Order: sequence, then structure tokens, then C-alpha cells
Amino acid sequence: MTTMHSANGLAGTQPTAKLCVNGAVLVADISGALYWPAQEALLVADLHLEKGSAYARWGQMLPPYDTCTTLNNLESVLARFRPRRLIALGDSFHDRTAAERVAPSERARIRSMTEALDWIWIAGNHDPEPPADWGGRVEPEITLGALVLRHEAIESHVAGEISGHYHPKASVRVRNKRISARCFIDDGRRLVLPAFGAYAGGLSVLDPALRGLFSREFQVHLLGRERLYRYPSHALVL
Amino acid sequence: MSEAAPCPESLPDAGPLPEAFRRWFDRRGWRPHAHQLAMLEAAEAGESALLIAPTGGGKTLAGFLPSLAQLAEHRQDGLHTVYVSPLKALTQDIHRNLTEPLEQIGLDIACETRTGDTPQSKRLRQRRRPPQILLTTPESLALLLSYHDAPEVFARVACVVVDELHALAGTKRGDLLALGLARLQSLSPACRRVGLSATVREPEELRAWLSPTGRAKDAPVRLIRGGAKVDPQVEILTTREYLPWSGHMAIHALPEVYERIRKAGTTLVFVNTRAQAELVFQGLWHLNEAGLPIALHHGSLAVEQRRKVEAAMARGELKAVVATSSLDLGIDWAAVDLVVQMGAPKGVSRLLQRIGRANHRLDAPSRALLVPGNRFEVLECRAALEGVRAHSLDGDPPRPGGLDVLAQHVMGMACAGPFDSDELYREIRRAAPYADLPRKDFEDALAFVAHGGYALGVYERFRRLRQDAEGKWRVTHPRHIQRYRMNMGTIVEAPTLKVRMGRRRILGEVEEYFVQALQPGDTFVFAGQLLRFDGIRETFCEVSRGGEGEPKVPAYVGGRLPLSTHLAERVRGILEDPACWRDLPPAVAEWLAIQRWRSLLPNRNGLLVETFPRGDNEFLVAYCFEGRNAHQTLGMLLTRRMERAGLQPLGFVATDYVLAVWSLKAVKDPDRLFDEDMLGDDLEEWMAESSMLRRTFRNVAVIAGLIDRRAPGQEKTGRQVTFSADLIYDVLRKHEPEHILLRATRADAAGGLTDIRRLADMLARVKGRIRHRALERVSPLAVPVLLEIGREQVYGEALDELLDEGAQALIEEATARTDQAELPI
Repeated sequence: MTTMHSANGLAGTQPTAKLCVNGAVLVADISGALYWPAQEALLVADLHLEKGSAYARWGQMLPPYDTCTTLNNLESVLARFRPRRLIALGDSFHDRTAAERVAPSERARIRSMTEALDWIWIAGNHDPEPPADWGGRVEPEITLGALVLRHEAIESHVAGEISGHYHPKASVRVRNKRISARCFIDDGRRLVLPAFGAYAGGLSVLDPALRGLFSREFQVHLLGRERLYRYPSHALVL
Repeated sequence: MSEAAPCPESLPDAGPLPEAFRRWFDRRGWRPHAHQLAMLEAAEAGESALLIAPTGGGKTLAGFLPSLAQLAEHRQDGLHTVYVSPLKALTQDIHRNLTEPLEQIGLDIACETRTGDTPQSKRLRQRRRPPQILLTTPESLALLLSYHDAPEVFARVACVVVDELHALAGTKRGDLLALGLARLQSLSPACRRVGLSATVREPEELRAWLSPTGRAKDAPVRLIRGGAKVDPQVEILTTREYLPWSGHMAIHALPEVYERIRKAGTTLVFVNTRAQAELVFQGLWHLNEAGLPIALHHGSLAVEQRRKVEAAMARGELKAVVATSSLDLGIDWAAVDLVVQMGAPKGVSRLLQRIGRANHRLDAPSRALLVPGNRFEVLECRAALEGVRAHSLDGDPPRPGGLDVLAQHVMGMACAGPFDSDELYREIRRAAPYADLPRKDFEDALAFVAHGGYALGVYERFRRLRQDAEGKWRVTHPRHIQRYRMNMGTIVEAPTLKVRMGRRRILGEVEEYFVQALQPGDTFVFAGQLLRFDGIRETFCEVSRGGEGEPKVPAYVGGRLPLSTHLAERVRGILEDPACWRDLPPAVAEWLAIQRWRSLLPNRNGLLVETFPRGDNEFLVAYCFEGRNAHQTLGMLLTRRMERAGLQPLGFVATDYVLAVWSLKAVKDPDRLFDEDMLGDDLEEWMAESSMLRRTFRNVAVIAGLIDRRAPGQEKTGRQVTFSADLIYDVLRKHEPEHILLRATRADAAGGLTDIRRLADMLARVKGRIRHRALERVSPLAVPVLLEIGREQVYGEALDELLDEGAQALIEEATARTDQAELPI
């Protein structure tokens, strides 16, 4: 299993998997973040901060701990990779007023991260501009080396695109049990990250909307509890 | 409906029976049963009553007679009697069966049904102008009570009749109903309660349930027993065929069952699972040279299909119906004269309930035939038969009401109007399942309903309930009321897809996860037909007739009941005592005799553990007899322990009777392995991760109103799934492990399923009494469980292990070198 071992001690003992998109060598992390060693950049997609309170607003009292959980996960992955730059691939906030609902202590945590790093907010379809005092800069999309980083994949784009938006998940059958998990999906030319947010749901990679973006043969890296697992497209079930 | 005794019976004094009723009984050549008159007397005394009677005792009429008599004498407009049944279909049948006597006696009493199927316009009218008798379900009653006009609607209700009480008490639907009745009692304090129940182990518990104070001793609930039926004639089929070592379907005996069906008038063939129903039905039709009208009935078939079968049955057009528990309850069919139980009965009470469906006359015995599917099931059938003869029933001790149901009820009461929390708390404690509810649990439920009840209190501004100037709790926005009405109820079904043939014909529903495993072109058996799977379209599983290849049979989550504790005890008793073996089929008696010679027999109080090598593995077989679910849990815990002890466990398989674990190294000291402390940290850890707890959390979250029920089609339209209960569970568990929903989840998982308790009881019982036999090879008693290996074996539920196994298998497949010698070159 060549893609499954730790990437040169980069992330200590944490499990990762090495990928290659348009020639760029990338490291998929079990947290759902993607690390790009050559650029010292860490990518996360679809944080969906304050999704819990977005539901609570309408009377569905989801536990108010999703922002906190997401930030915990983010801080721990940053501590492991120590990147120079962080790129949030859009849908960082669950809705238009999400930023206002973020608790002051959590706002402070975000600010200390944006101050320490070259922080880029890519605009997503849910996102308003983050408040000015939060730090970081906002971009519709950016090009780095051989890759374009944007929120939502563009079908006509041929090679070297990294995006989020779809919250990919995939299912496999083992011993007659169906197992689903969030996953990275790529075909060597394009990659979609799993959602990083604690409450973000998922869309099957076999859904035409997602599958249609990739060549006939693609691969996924499922996020297990302990490791990532690579499966080729033909081994997936709905 | 054989609602009264057709033959003379010692009649006390027809005293309380009004003249018009007496004449009606006379005209039909009937005389009222003693218990029917006793029910009238209880009503005259203004007392509640619990009627325990076997099916066919004119129970339903007994429940209604007092109300009819009262209404005949003093006409009262508005709602007088509320009848609650666990089955929607039953309300329809009761309605039909009440209309007849009402017309014949010449009573002008309005009697209507109200269920989820009642059209909106009629429901609205029913609130404005209620009938005198309303036939409804626990859910519809809860909804009615959640309207602001409930005080007017229920103000003069004189009587509530709860049918099939034994099937409701102790369940979440029962909790919901008990809470609803507590409210109804506040609205109409003089209301009497009447419970109708099949024979139960502890009538006192039902009396308490029925009591308007929630406690049996505080309020009079008269216990009335219907005439006991003649003991049923139960027989175990001694098959001419080879008796299988394993399997539960009992298909081997179908030719003999078919013979019995031919000879009987009308037969009910009960099976334990829907999958078994399909197989047995197919098997019988395969043998059906005479073309007997044999039908199929189970909970996944389309409602219209089921109604059709029930109607044909009522008209006496069918020779037999193959049915699951979907027909355990329901309207009487006088014509049934034989009940067949395919596979082991799993409990004495359940068996009696099923046998009771045959021959609804008190003076003639019911006839039943038990068809064991394997050798252990022969023992179980024998034990059940003894249980029936001894009239000893199984039953679990009552459990406290669910906190999720409580939360739902609190929201419902808020929808009805502003409430005072002290008053509501007192009212709720008058419902038996909540008689001992601590104030803290109530406050937590209230806080959950009001704002989620999270420690941080961050949802203050999104509150659903708020206290007004007088301190009363009010709903803050009509949308919360709407959501309550859309989501209330306690039945949470696994997601299903409708099975559709062609454009229009709906055959029924199958669970989504079964369909997800199918490839177009696969065949499966459903509704008694061989179907070809064509694909999924929206919420439909599209099929066509025919197809090729080995058909699959849909399995359903929770389809199998575990062996009851009581029956398990009896099975151990039979094993222990060779004197009991005389009545067993020779093959089974011989099997036990060889076991005694080669190893030991399990006994009543100890635990027999055998270890032996087989192939490359070391096996451990424990004869616990605590039911599959308890054994599954035990298997999970044992393998964890063995892992730590370096024994390298490889897998386990659990049946209702035994647990088998295999490993690379042999177990030497079972005493240590089975120590009671197994239920400590390991259990906590495993439970928290287990998919069972996750499923339970989802159900709790839906009932409590945290997660909306899936509206049909909703999930397929959105591009992204909204959120998953799993993610919520993980986050909540980490941040607020004592949240009321997690407490409710644990209570359900540990207490509600009773399996953990069974396990704990067993470990305590066998302490110091483990009898270990280290054998050289497999013992006769261990053969059946070893045959189950591969058929249903799971090692853990660990996501990673399975994912890794799948990935490895693919790699091996891809890297397998082709042997040149095999190529044709």
C-alpha cells in the first residue's frame, strides 16, 4: 500500500496519504486537510462555522459546539504541519450572519491564527466577506504553482484544480457491511477535499454532480478513525 | 366477532344491563359473559377497570358496554368515550363492529375514527363537533391534546378505553399515551380508565399503569378476569425429514406443514422474520399442487395489500396466511382453527398470544403446531410448551419512561397553551412510567425544549419557550408548533424505499440499506414474487417481474426477537435433567446423550465453557442461553479482553443459545476471562463507539425533536445532506456527556434493550461456577454454532478494520500474479 504510510515523518505519527495532482505532490491528512509541502500550504474546505446555531435560529437546537470542535481540529492540524500559509477553500461560514454569531473567545482564536499565517479566505457560495478585523485576505480563487485553488470545481477546467464545496463521501462494502466515510476524491488532474466542518454532511462521490467532474477511473481516500484508506472508483457502492 | 357467549353460561344477575341491551342479547341467542357484567358494575361504581381476558372473550364489547349503556340512558353531546388502540387498522375494525350493535339496539350514538389517515376536513370538524365515541391511536390522541381547544374537546370525557394494553405498556408509545392520559385526566378529572389486556405475568404493573395517580395503591382499578379458555392443544412437529443442525427457517418441514394446512379449516402460519415469511410463502406455493388459497402478510407489504388479505381472511376465503408479528394483534377471526409457529417461539407470552389467534371460542381449545428449525429449537419449543402448560409467562420488569418522550410531551403541552412548570411536573408524575421522575430530569427536559439545554446557554435568543410575566411557559413562534406536529410520535423507522413495479404499482417497502447492496439485474424475493432490481429512482426501488440468478431475501434491522429470559431458564432446565429427554425426538435425545459422554451438559446455574482446537484455530464455546443480542455484546467484550491477553482473537459468532470465539492461541483460564468487571470500562468504551448506540441516539434525537423526521423525497432533492446524527452524537458526547439526550440514549441502550442487564445477571450468577472442559475436538452441542460461522459473523464493528480489510482484498486481487502455466499459450 504505497500511498498509505506516513509522509516522511512530516506529520509525526499521524496518518496521511501521498497524492499527486497535475504533477504537484500533496499530502492528504486524516483530519480532512490537504498539505502541499512544496508551498508549505495547508488547505481546508467547507468549515461551515456556526452551522449549529444556524439551525438553532429556526428552532432546531443542535449542540452549539461545532465551531469550537472545528477550530480544535484546525489548531491541531496546524500544529502538526506548521505551514506558512493557510487556504480556506470557501463556505467557511455556514450562512450570511454566521460570523456575527461566533463567540468572542472563538473569534480571538481565529484571529491569532490569521495573524500567525499567510491566511487566505477563498469566497464560497455561503460566504459573506469575513469581518475586516478577522485578518487574512479574501480571494475569489488563487493560482499557486501548477494548481488553481477555488471553492467549486468548474467542469471545463482540465488539469490542476483543487476545490471543496461538494463534501464528498464514499461507501464501500466489506463483509456485506456498507461503510461510509468522508473522503478525498481525485483522478490525478483534479481533487475535491472533504468538508472540514464538524457538522458538515456529505454527498456520495457516485452522485452524477460529483462523479461527472472526474475521469471514468478515479480514486478516493476514505477518512477512517485511525488511517486513510485508498479505494479505486470501481470498488465503491452507492 | 364472537362478542358474547353463544351458549348458556352461569349468569349472575343481568342487573346492570339495560333492558334494550338485554333484548338485543336475547335476540341473538347470546348471554353476556360474567366479565362483561362485571365491567358494567365497575362503571356504576365509578371505578377504573383492568380486564384481562384471552382473545375471543368478547373483550372489546366488554370495554364499550358501560359507555353504551350510559349514553343510552343519559344522552350526552360531545366526547364521552375515547378508545385508543395501538393499531390504526384495529380502530377501523372496531368501528365496523360497533356500528352493528348500535344500529340493532337502536342507539343514536356517533362513533368515529381519527388516525393519521383521517382527512384534514374531518379532523377539523371533529374538534369543533366531536363524536360521542372516538376511536384513535396514541399519536392522534397526543396531537388532539396539543391543540388550544383541548380543554373544551375533552371536558366531559367519562371514559378512556385502552385496547391491547399489554402491547403498549413498557414501550415508548405507552409512555406517550400515559402522558396524554395524565393530561386528559386534568381536563376531565372524573374520567374512568378501562384497560383491555391479554394474559400477562404481572397484572399489578398494568393496574398501576392504568391508575389515574400512576400508582396502583392510591386509586381503585378493579381487576376483572375474563373466563379462562380451555388449555390449548400444542404439539411439536416430529419431522419425518432430517432434522437440521442449524438454521432458523424450518423450511425442511414445509411438506408436512402443507399437509396440516390441507386438513385444517383455516391456518395461520406464524414466522419470526419477514425474510422467513417470504421463504415459507414461496416454499408453500412450490408445494401447492392443490392450488389452495394461501396468502402472505407482513409489515413491509403495501397497506392496501395487507388490508386485502385481512378482508379475504375475514370472509373465510383463505386456507392459510403466512404472517409475521403483523398479525399478532388485531381483530378476531373466528374461522382460524390451527396456528403453526415456524421456528422457535422465543417467548411463552408471545406464543400464547399467537396461539390465541386460533379458535376464538372459550369452550373449545385452540390448536397449535410448533415447527422447530434445528435441534436447539426443539429444546426451545419443548420448553415453551411446558411454559404454556404451566401458565408461566415471561415479562420484563417495568422501566422508567423515556426522557425523549418526555421532552416531546412537554413541547406538545406548550403547543396546547402556556403552562406552569410546577403544575405540569405534578401532572406528569401522575403517569405511571414517570411516577418517580426526579425534578431534575423534568427541568432538564424543559430546558432542552426551551433552548436545547446546553451548559453554555448560548441559544438564549433562539428560545422556543419563554416564561411570561406570570411565570408561565409559552411557545415563542408558531413555527415551533408546526414542527412539533410534523415530527411527533415515537415510532422511528429505518429509512425505506417503496418497491414499485411499472409506473404505478407499489408492492411495499424495503429498507434502504438492502437496496443499496443491489446491482441492477440482481433478483430478490418480495411480496411472494421473484423480482428483478432495475434501479433506484427518487424514493422508489424500481423492479420488474422475473430475472435470473440466486435471489436475495431482504433482511430487516431488528427483525429477530431474542430468546426470553424465562424461556432460556426452562431450556437450561431441560438440558440439565435427562429425565426430560424422553419426550424429545430420538435424534435430539441422542445428541444430548453423546454430549454428556463427550463433554458436559449445561446446567441451570453454572456456565459451561468448552475449548478445543479446530483447523488452525482455537475455539471457545460458552453456553450462556441469554439471547443473540446479549451474546453479541459479550462476544465484543471477550474479544477485547483476549486481545489484551495476547490470545489473538480472530472472530466470534453468536446465536440465541451460545457464543463461539476463535483465536490463534487457546484460552486457559475462562474464570478470569468471564470476570464481572468485564462490564466496566470496556463496556463503556465499546458502547460509546457501537453503531447500536448511534442508532439509538438518532431515534432519541428524532423523538425528542432535535432532528426532523425525513420527509419522503427530501433527502434526494438537496445536493448536500443536511447533517448527520452521527456527527451530532460525536460532538455532543465530547462536550456534554451528561446532556439529557445522551442520558436518554444510554438508558435506552442499557435498560431498554435489557441485554446488558441480562449479561450482568449472568456474569454474577456464574461467578465461581464456570465449568471448563478443554476438549480435543468439537463437542456435539458446539456443532450448530460452528455451522453458523461465515453465515453471520462479524468481528467488531470497527470502521478501520473493515476498511482495511476491503482495501487489502483489492490490493491482493490487483497484484495476484497470473500463473503462466494456466494460460493457454
